[in-house]
Amino acid sequence: MSDERDAVTDGRGEVTGGEQSSPVPARQHDRLKRWGRDRARAPRVGGRPWALLVPAVVGLAFLVLPFVGLLVRAPWRAMPELLSGDTVLPALRLSLTTATAATAVSLVLGVPLAWLLARTDFPGRRLARTLVTLPLVMPPVVGGVALLLVLGRNGIIGRWLDSAFGVTLPFTTAGVVVAEAFVAMPFLVLSVEGALRGADTRYEEAALTLGASRFQVFRRVTLPLIAPGVGAGAVLAWARALGEFGATITFAGNFPGTTQTLPLAVYLSLQDSPDAAVALSLVLLAVSLAVLLALRGRWTTGAQA
Amino acid sequence: MTTPPAPTDPARTGLAAAAPAPALDARLVVERGGFSLDLALNAASGEVVALLGPNGAGKTTALRALAGLAPLTGGHLRLDGEVLEDPGARVRVPTERRPVGVVFQDYLLFPHLSALDNVAFGLRAHGRSKAEARAHAHEWLDRVGLAAHARSRPRALSGGQAQRVALARALAPRPRLLLLDEPMAALDARTRLEVRTTLRRHLAAFEAVAVLVTHDPLDAMVLADRLVVLEHGRAVQEGAPADIARHPRSDYIARLVGLNLFRGTAHGHDVTLDRADGAEGADGELVLTAADAGDGPVFAAFPPAAVTVHRTRPDTSARNQWPVTVLGMERHGDQVRLDLSGPLRLTADLTPASVADLGISEGSEVWAAVKASQTRAYPA
Repeated sequence: MSDERDAVTDGRGEVTGGEQSSPVPARQHDRLKRWGRDRARAPRVGGRPWALLVPAVVGLAFLVLPFVGLLVRAPWRAMPELLSGDTVLPALRLSLTTATAATAVSLVLGVPLAWLLARTDFPGRRLARTLVTLPLVMPPVVGGVALLLVLGRNGIIGRWLDSAFGVTLPFTTAGVVVAEAFVAMPFLVLSVEGALRGADTRYEEAALTLGASRFQVFRRVTLPLIAPGVGAGAVLAWARALGEFGATITFAGNFPGTTQTLPLAVYLSLQDSPDAAVALSLVLLAVSLAVLLALRGRWTTGAQA
Repeated sequence: MTTPPAPTDPARTGLAAAAPAPALDARLVVERGGFSLDLALNAASGEVVALLGPNGAGKTTALRALAGLAPLTGGHLRLDGEVLEDPGARVRVPTERRPVGVVFQDYLLFPHLSALDNVAFGLRAHGRSKAEARAHAHEWLDRVGLAAHARSRPRALSGGQAQRVALARALAPRPRLLLLDEPMAALDARTRLEVRTTLRRHLAAFEAVAVLVTHDPLDAMVLADRLVVLEHGRAVQEGAPADIARHPRSDYIARLVGLNLFRGTAHGHDVTLDRADGAEGADGELVLTAADAGDGPVFAAFPPAAVTVHRTRPDTSARNQWPVTVLGMERHGDQVRLDLSGPLRLTADLTPASVADLGISEGSEVWAAVKASQTRAYPA
């Protein structure tokens, strides 16, 4: 209640300037009240609550300043030369392809998994959901170790993959994809699951009455309806895969050309040529910014609609 | 689908032998939470049956059960001799394999598909090629007068247009059972009129069974050949629209068709009314004289126009007159409808002129008289 009154006062202050002492006619007051409520999203800082403002500004600076520093200290002149070196381009190409492949893997496995979690009821569903989100909170290095134990040459599945198909995953480009997909897929699953829960299931019923099989319903009705959620999840997963470090270096190692992705290259070049590290960081920053813009511009608004 | 042995129901087997089996033969039993639906529903090919009832009566549940979207907990469902559901024999044909078409209350047109692809959806699901389905869908859109809107997305269509696309979409795969859930509810009054006409034409041309759910008696009367009145999950009355309108058997229908309805016991032309109909005051028996003679429990009904209102007791020896209080007045077409309370609770229609002449307003004490010639009595 008091919030609303504040908004009214603010609104009146904006419109009538110094006339706060004169009583506002009832009808005008109503209009102002509505006006004030519309503008409530950007209220005037009236009493200056320093206890909130100071930490807020410090927090903002803490998050933004590192990027400013990166931009200020970037060796802009040497950039073309640094970026054309023989580590950057292969690392960038590898990062882009593996992140895209990991996103594809996440889509193929993650969308049905999200469907399973959102639309079916089986014993242990809640436990499954918790386990799916585990890679989100777990240190990626731990994920890398776990992958090594399962898919490594002597791992439970890895040994069988090796003997039956001659396939080895650790320390290969495919291993990079596996590691990235492991940490990125939960983002996609959560995003798609949320979209599925929000989708109107009556459209699916309508499709059933028209004779569509359950899979046709999913492909031709459900999926198009949750496309914004799938898109948002895919972008998030892709961004997470692109920045993956811990699980990748643990499970796939750091071999230039095959497993050395951009984040690994940044970390390593920091030892011998800090300028190159800065240049590489800028590339990653640019990619992240592009993702963020894409998300804000299309997917998030689409998902809300 | 193997047909299971017919359930042992001597009554039905006897009936089946006598008359040709109806296209739709169902007893829908759905028990869920505190709600229970038990509705026997039969219909011949080409027949349009309307389920009419207040909100929460179970109309939509019945429709969902027919479509297979709500499983039966008992009873059976047969269409053209084929068993679609029989919980007793553990038979249940899933929704997608039932030859049904549904027009949903808010149409549920797929928002990501054009009007054409919405109509083609069912055809494609039934295995037609894309080109074939689209050509066929085009014919359907043409039939409902929307060929020009084939490429429009649902959100670009008006309510009436969306309703027609939904109808075309449901009809395109040639269902043998068409279900319509409150097909007019989402439309404004003007569009309703136009859509009702279109719908009536298409339903009349539809050769299989159509079941319509509505709480609007006008829709039901105009569109359906037969009405089933549903209250609290049970059918309380069934018959031709005109019969039901003339002889309502429940307060709900009486109110809908604008009749005053009372229960009582007839002795010749005199009906002694039961005292549970919102009556107040007045002692002794309440007797209504009716045009029809009868004996035993009856319904007595008369239209609001059969009620006359007087300032003082009309100087007649007739019995159908009572002192009443005007509880409310409202416009009803070109008449004023009065809500009267006394020994009987009734509604009366007067012209605005007579309201002015009588000088009555809310709270006025007046006399109400009912013409015996317009009071019908029929067995309860």
